[in-house]
Amino acid sequence: MSDSTYPSKQQQSENLTELERQYILFTQNGMPLVSKPYHHLAEQLKISVEDTLAMTNDLLARGVIRRIAAVPNHYRAGYTFNGMTVWDVKDEEVQTYGKLLGQLPFVSHCYRRPRRLPEWNFNLFAMIHGKNEQQIDEYRIQIKKLLEDVLQTSANSSNEMLTSSKILKKTGLRLKAK
Amino acid sequence: MDALDRKILNRTQLGIPVSDQPFADIANELGCDEQQVIDKLQTMLDDGLLTRFGPMFDAASLGGAFTLSAMIVPEERFGEVNDIVNAFSQVAHNYKRQHTLNMWFVVACESQQEIQTVIADIEQQSGLQVFDFPKQEEFYVGLYLPV
Repeated sequence: MSDSTYPSKQQQSENLTELERQYILFTQNGMPLVSKPYHHLAEQLKISVEDTLAMTNDLLARGVIRRIAAVPNHYRAGYTFNGMTVWDVKDEEVQTYGKLLGQLPFVSHCYRRPRRLPEWNFNLFAMIHGKNEQQIDEYRIQIKKLLEDVLQTSANSSNEMLTSSKILKKTGLRLKAK
Repeated sequence: MDALDRKILNRTQLGIPVSDQPFADIANELGCDEQQVIDKLQTMLDDGLLTRFGPMFDAASLGGAFTLSAMIVPEERFGEVNDIVNAFSQVAHNYKRQHTLNMWFVVACESQQEIQTVIADIEQQSGLQVFDFPKQEEFYVGLYLPV
């Protein structure tokens, strides 16, 4: 049921060199917590430290690497509630407001996705995270106020945030070695 | 967790610099020493407070194709349909959500073609329609969970 008339960003996947593939394979499970982590990686890649740092900067600039960071476990950090908020925003405004929502600290993912009428008239998705039900509901209201002028149909409040009542499956994504 | 643990966790979630000694840079910013940063991050990793530490890759640039899909599953068939959907190795995440569209899952494949095949197979095996919501534009991805 994918709508092929919409250009999809995900189809423009980056072409990776063999060395970049190796970089990913060596680091996708994590980077060593040592004083000079790129020295270790340079040895694995059999290139210089300078080249390893340059490659890292290049992968960051191209968006292949989003950032090099600590990834906390949501639940252990106390963020046990999430909500997928969904909005029917005027098409010509969706980009401006999508970027705006992305700047909110509690939004983790923000995307434009296709409507599937008549069942689904929402084109802007923003995932939010919080420590309790009240908190995520406050975030939902905050988003709604921001979008006030560009919402086409206002869903009732129980429809604009889909909370997850159960994780049915969760696996990690990994690049497979060739 | 002490105050320094929190400072380190909050700071390193945002991304560490690309440099010869990134943890020394972080230590300078926070006013502690490099070994403390390294040791505390290692402890958080060992304790499971961190799921990982390192580069966060854009999944799509790893060469795969992804989509978010949803179904309207009658409550009495939920378990059965859940088994059908989860049996596909290409289904990476699956959540029950409170909505008419009550089952939401991410399909991760090698190619766009394979996504269409998986969706068609799920529709055929379940007898239910799969609504497909591929991302058209990404505005933001990143999660900051201050502790």
